[in-house]
Amino acid sequence: MDRFLFLTLDGLSRGAVYAAFALALVLIWRAGRIVNFAQGAMAVAAAYVAYSVTAATGSYWLGFGAALLAGLLLGAVVDVAVMRLVDHRSPLNPVIVALGLVLLIQAVLGMVYGNEYLPARAPFSRTALTVGGTAVLSPYDLFVFATVGVVGAALVWIFTRTAIGLRMRAAAFAPEVSRLLGVNVGGMLTLGWALASGVGALAAMLVIPTGLGLHPYAMDLVFVSAFTAAVLGGLDSPPGAVVGGLGVGLLLSYVSGYAGGDLIPLAVLALLLTVLLLRPGGLFAPVTARRV
Amino acid sequence: MGGDLLTAEALAAGYGPVPVLRDVDLRVPSGTIAAVIGANGAGKTTLLRTLSGMLRPTAGRILLDGRDLRGTPVEQLVRRGVAHVPEGRGVIGELTVEENLRLGALWRRDRTAAARALDEVYQLFEPLARRRRHLGHQLSGGERQMLALGRALAGRPRLLLLDEPSLGLAPRVVAQTMALLRQLRDDTGLTVLLVEQNVRSALAVADQGIVMSLGRVALAAPAARLRDDADLRHAYLGF
Repeated sequence: MDRFLFLTLDGLSRGAVYAAFALALVLIWRAGRIVNFAQGAMAVAAAYVAYSVTAATGSYWLGFGAALLAGLLLGAVVDVAVMRLVDHRSPLNPVIVALGLVLLIQAVLGMVYGNEYLPARAPFSRTALTVGGTAVLSPYDLFVFATVGVVGAALVWIFTRTAIGLRMRAAAFAPEVSRLLGVNVGGMLTLGWALASGVGALAAMLVIPTGLGLHPYAMDLVFVSAFTAAVLGGLDSPPGAVVGGLGVGLLLSYVSGYAGGDLIPLAVLALLLTVLLLRPGGLFAPVTARRV
Repeated sequence: MGGDLLTAEALAAGYGPVPVLRDVDLRVPSGTIAAVIGANGAGKTTLLRTLSGMLRPTAGRILLDGRDLRGTPVEQLVRRGVAHVPEGRGVIGELTVEENLRLGALWRRDRTAAARALDEVYQLFEPLARRRRHLGHQLSGGERQMLALGRALAGRPRLLLLDEPSLGLAPRVVAQTMALLRQLRDDTGLTVLLVEQNVRSALAVADQGIVMSLGRVALAAPAARLRDDADLRHAYLGF
């Protein structure tokens, strides 16, 4: 029972990161109907920026802030300098360009920083606190929950309460009408990319210290897990991404706890396949009437 | 009343290589209502889309208050006082009534003026005030019409471009809409260019009738003349 409790809490902590990363995918999907397959590589690039800044200044938090900033900036640059130039008439084009971007970013990171694992520091202890003899959450887990919670709440606030959020939603739902109403639709799309990429960078900062360390491919499995979470929740649904992320986190925690960590990639892919076969629209997809 | 608010000179436009508008001239004096009428496919909607910058003219020019609109991006037009209510009205179904309306006034820097404009719209269209929190796609056709018009008015335009405001609406709602346009013209000096299939209700409210045929302006005349002169009506409108 103790073990079950521990795995559940550990899974939720892992799932919170997947939720954030899935949320980033959903943001870009809603803004521009693109699944950003380069998000993992972009987030790793931001994490390398943090590594450099921390190495130069000795401060984890300066590095943390630099990663978020680099994430925001990289998202805007990818939109303006790459995605805007892609012919979107076929949905396959942006996907292929995104995959090309993955190769490019990972190759450049490998050339600059090398392909060995670099140590990634956690700002708080990862040793679980015990309550009444049972191991529960570590201070780092609490930090993860708090950060993801704050970012999630901030996104909800931006999109539902601010003028810029209203513009972003309008631009996504009805670009032509929005332009007639004075909304800079292209600018809103770039802002969406920046926000999503910033959230992706945050997720990378949170998850990389829990793995083997910093590496150009460090986010690959996280990306697949988060993509599965986003599809599970329905690519159009931000709450779906959060629930999907927590669900995938729990599942993977149980799989690694009860069946062995080697099975995690297999479990993720099996889940993705199952969702795509049984409910490709996701659990939270709005019920669409059948087209006649 | 001042001079012409909107002028088009030798305007041509089309989609790809297919020309739709050819050599269109029109003048809409400030504070008047002009109705563009004509058969399906005469180029009425294309004209409106060209005037609001959604379609780039291939020749000719468009003047607003005597100033050339060339090179003005669509999203800047609202700041110059042009509101375009598109075909199908463009209510954003995923947003609430209030959000749609706020969007109409969002380009304005002055927050209090924008809030006041919203209140005025709610006074003008009371059913909208009762349905603030409803989503756009939950509204009836008449309510959508109100919302589209209200959203355009919330931006305090000088020129209102309306595409088929009577489409799919009950005659009573059409009559209310037309009466409202007349009231706005008289009270606020609003200038309106509307495209209509429904010739009778359009001419009933308009000061000027612009008859389009095959992408050209066949006739521009005072609406009263088009209404009363049976020969003219027969020749150009077929009834």
